Amino acid sequence: MSRWSLRTVVLAYLAFLLVLPVAVILYRTFQHGMSPVIDTLTTSEAAHAFQVTLIVALCAVVLNTVFGVGAAILLVRYRFPGRRILDALIDLPIAVSPVVVGLALTLVYGSRTGFGGWLTDHGIQVIFSLPGMVMATSFVALPLVVRAVAPVLEEIGEEQEQAAATLGASAFQRFTRITLPSIRGALAYGVVLSLARALGEFGAVAVVSGRLIGKTETVPLYVLDLYNNFDQTGAYAAATSLVLVAVVALVASRFLRPRAGVSRA
Amino acid sequence: MSQLVSELSRPGVRARVKMPALGPSVNGGFVVLFLSLVVLIPLSMVVYHAADDGWSGFWHQVHSPLAWSALKLTVGTSLVVALINLVMGTAIAWLLVRDRLPGQSVLDTIIDLPFALPTIVAGVTLILLFGTTSPIGIDLAYARSGVLVALLFVTLPFVVRTVQPVLLELDRDMEEAAASLGASPLTIFRRIVLPTIAPAAAAGTTLSFARALSEFGSINFISGNLPGHTQVASVFIYGKIQEDSVTGAAAVSTVLLAVSLVVIVLLTVIQRWVARRE
Repeated sequence: MSRWSLRTVVLAYLAFLLVLPVAVILYRTFQHGMSPVIDTLTTSEAAHAFQVTLIVALCAVVLNTVFGVGAAILLVRYRFPGRRILDALIDLPIAVSPVVVGLALTLVYGSRTGFGGWLTDHGIQVIFSLPGMVMATSFVALPLVVRAVAPVLEEIGEEQEQAAATLGASAFQRFTRITLPSIRGALAYGVVLSLARALGEFGAVAVVSGRLIGKTETVPLYVLDLYNNFDQTGAYAAATSLVLVAVVALVASRFLRPRAGVSRA
Repeated sequence: MSQLVSELSRPGVRARVKMPALGPSVNGGFVVLFLSLVVLIPLSMVVYHAADDGWSGFWHQVHSPLAWSALKLTVGTSLVVALINLVMGTAIAWLLVRDRLPGQSVLDTIIDLPFALPTIVAGVTLILLFGTTSPIGIDLAYARSGVLVALLFVTLPFVVRTVQPVLLELDRDMEEAAASLGASPLTIFRRIVLPTIAPAAAAGTTLSFARALSEFGSINFISGNLPGHTQVASVFIYGKIQEDSVTGAAAVSTVLLAVSLVVIVLLTVIQRWVARRE
């Protein structure tokens, strides 16, 4: 009896909150067939938005991967003053509003600030341009690679690395031949998570990009733009393309997710 | 993504014995430089600009009717969201671990959907289902309940994913022993299960509170962003940025940052608690 009431409550909750919203948008997108969807997604504006989104997301993911592996090694393998603080700071982006992220970057790199003005004078525009968007995207996805890699690094220990060191392997050799292969799965998992987050980032990018249509507009911003212009069919189509990306990321992360005990060979 | 969330509820990674490897100073230099340029310096500039007009100017901005109402709505709704998540998240985790339903692995996978779905897409889907043209006849548009539903959507996985691994590891022998001694299911849950999952549930609840505080994209459409009514702090800040009112935007941002910082500290304390339980 109580089992059935629990089932009913939980399934109803999930149906209303998770399943129905996605079902409705898929239905609305495809209710007039495929051709309006394809028309929307193949305009030059849409193509440009996809291009900008991909460039920004890839740059941010590369930066975060390098940072993430570096920070994970630092946190797991070394003891240094401020290690605890670094550990806590890496989680900070989870609790910071994307809009505040955008504001923060604008206050440092905007062309009216000291440093931003100096950069602009030297031909580097950060805000309302791709570098700022990459930074904003990096910020919001910052913890993902670190938190995926660190526990695995912890678990594999450093006996093998030490053995390799006694046999004369250089730091670079130890990293590429021993550390990297053992964290491969977790790293891939972290990268998929970062990529999904980066492709969908909205708030922070909305602030730093200036939403210049045809220049700094990403797909999430394009969705907003279409919606505000009462092009609902277009907005649903663009949103659905992002839903598909999310589903692929979800399935991929399901397969990549390191299971407890597997890496403990 | 679940792995990540459960990782966040665990104690910080332990340090190991020092060993010369991979140029620690070069590596450390890069990590600190990147963190400073992208996170630390920008965030400190927000706090710095909040004080542009002194303490009274800061207070004036934060205490202006619209800012204050946005902050109250944000913190209040996030608290309600956290509490609902605590109950529903635990129930969902229980169902996933202890029940056997057809399609359970699919269910387990889609729990993470709110993490993978871009927030603006969440906004569009929610206005379609719960907007003025709702196909199921539930119209929450331009209402505070709409904000609540949007926040419940984006924070759904947190408690599930922190409680689930703990429930999986929970030894059932104790429950069976208690049952054989005549304890009711409710007593067993209260005396045996609840104390074990409490730290993890607390960590998940805290994370969902932090996420709800900072949410922006998904609330956009359904709330209609009515100032003084359904406008949350993030949207208020966005408006101030568009108006070019740096001090106003920075002041409210600083309040949000302060709350975030408290949440992070709270989370660290809870992590220690989890560590002691393990």
